Amino acid sequence: MGKVIEVKHLKKSFGKNQILTDISMVLHRGENLAVLGKSGTGKSVMIKCIVRLIEADEGEIWVKEQNVSELDVDTLNEMRKKVGYLFQGGALYDSMTVRENLEFPVRRTQVFKNKAEVKDLVEEALDHVGLLDAINKMPAELSGGMKKRVGLARTLILKPEIILYDEPTTGLDPVTAGEISELILHVREKYNTSSIIITHDMKCARMTADRLKLMADGKFYVEGTFQELSESDDKNVSAYFT
Amino acid sequence: MKIKSKIPASLEAFFSEVGDILIFTGQVIWQFFTSPFEYKELVRQGYYIGNKTLPLIFVTAFIMGLVLTLQSRPVLVEFGAQALLPGMISVSIVREIGPVITALLCAGKVSSGIGAELGAMKVTEQLDAMEVSGVKPLNYVVATRVLASTMLIPVLVVIADAIGMLGSFFAVTMSDKISLILFLSQAFDTLNFSDVIPATIKSFFFGFFIGLIGCYKGYHTQRGTESVGLAANSAVVTASLVIFIIDLLAVQLTQLTDRL
Repeated sequence: MGKVIEVKHLKKSFGKNQILTDISMVLHRGENLAVLGKSGTGKSVMIKCIVRLIEADEGEIWVKEQNVSELDVDTLNEMRKKVGYLFQGGALYDSMTVRENLEFPVRRTQVFKNKAEVKDLVEEALDHVGLLDAINKMPAELSGGMKKRVGLARTLILKPEIILYDEPTTGLDPVTAGEISELILHVREKYNTSSIIITHDMKCARMTADRLKLMADGKFYVEGTFQELSESDDKNVSAYFT
Repeated sequence: MKIKSKIPASLEAFFSEVGDILIFTGQVIWQFFTSPFEYKELVRQGYYIGNKTLPLIFVTAFIMGLVLTLQSRPVLVEFGAQALLPGMISVSIVREIGPVITALLCAGKVSSGIGAELGAMKVTEQLDAMEVSGVKPLNYVVATRVLASTMLIPVLVVIADAIGMLGSFFAVTMSDKISLILFLSQAFDTLNFSDVIPATIKSFFFGFFIGLIGCYKGYHTQRGTESVGLAANSAVVTASLVIFIIDLLAVQLTQLTDRL
């Protein structure tokens, strides 16, 4: 399996507070990798560094064989189109309807100029997340789970090869969280994506991930399959599985 | 290192923010000339700015003209110079009161609105979402708002001037019999290009900085909902201060050019 993301010795501080001390990891093509860890350990910071929403202090990040820190603005934007990002709250644009939220990135990237083609793409993406009925609603009218689904549809519309999920099930009831986890699996099958899933939800990690990495004190502490980690004798690891 | 330690932290923070604002200003101006430019969003923002502030400007400008006339008239009557009232009021409104009051109202309404909107977008990661989908928020969100504000505020100033004059006329007719045509003719006779042009130019600057400061404060909001309120508040305070500084500079420049 080829590498789609490779992070080498990534370091990031905010003022005197060092968040990422030494992060190295690889995401393989077609793989779902779950990253676990306590709040504030830098999981979200790591994926934000991958798409350069946050600039890394040190280290290298390679996405599809491109060194992210060396890309100019235009090449970075091109790279970002290949990397979908699902934000914790969905991050839908408040002033736009669901339809406009999905049309926005398509229209701006100017890949598709035909109105009918854009309409079909929007409806197809919403259909995949089971929210075609909500097409004319405003984000304020949607529940937390619906917002995440629409956020995912907006990510999928650009047909990304990699998706970064930032706590996709946080704040959702167990049933909706299960539905989102199934959706993550469905997306991989349908779109052939590779994903990093930041989560606290062990059920989500068990359902979606091929491999898990546990982060502590700004670096990866241990990695393995769900089965391997759940059988670990290490107290710090087994605490997540009890 | 030694020099740095001698600078008070507050002064360092002030100059650091001034530097950030200058860089931000440069980036925004660059976006005016960078494609794709969002004309649709520009029109939408222009509509919001006009729509939000027009009723307020109507009421405030009318009262401003009315009160200014009622306050000035007794003094002029004392010297038998009430015929100069329309001219005096028109110069006051067009040169100073119209632009400054309109700009201050817009600082309160537009700058704070933009600051809060962008702050909320930042906190809810909407700006990040734009960026990761390959859209530049500076181009789509910031440049359009700054340009709309720059273009709309001079228009609002002209409207405020006209409504202020109407308020003044209303106040004059309470005690004197005068036709609107005579009132306007006396008012415009006193006005020169040297009154109108500097006021119009400074209105563009007011508009630019009202939009820019609102955007800057919102765009640089720290995480957390509390900071959204702080961004809106800070936008009003900073924009109001900048309006007075621009006004002071404009008066100095106008007097300098008059002397030349």
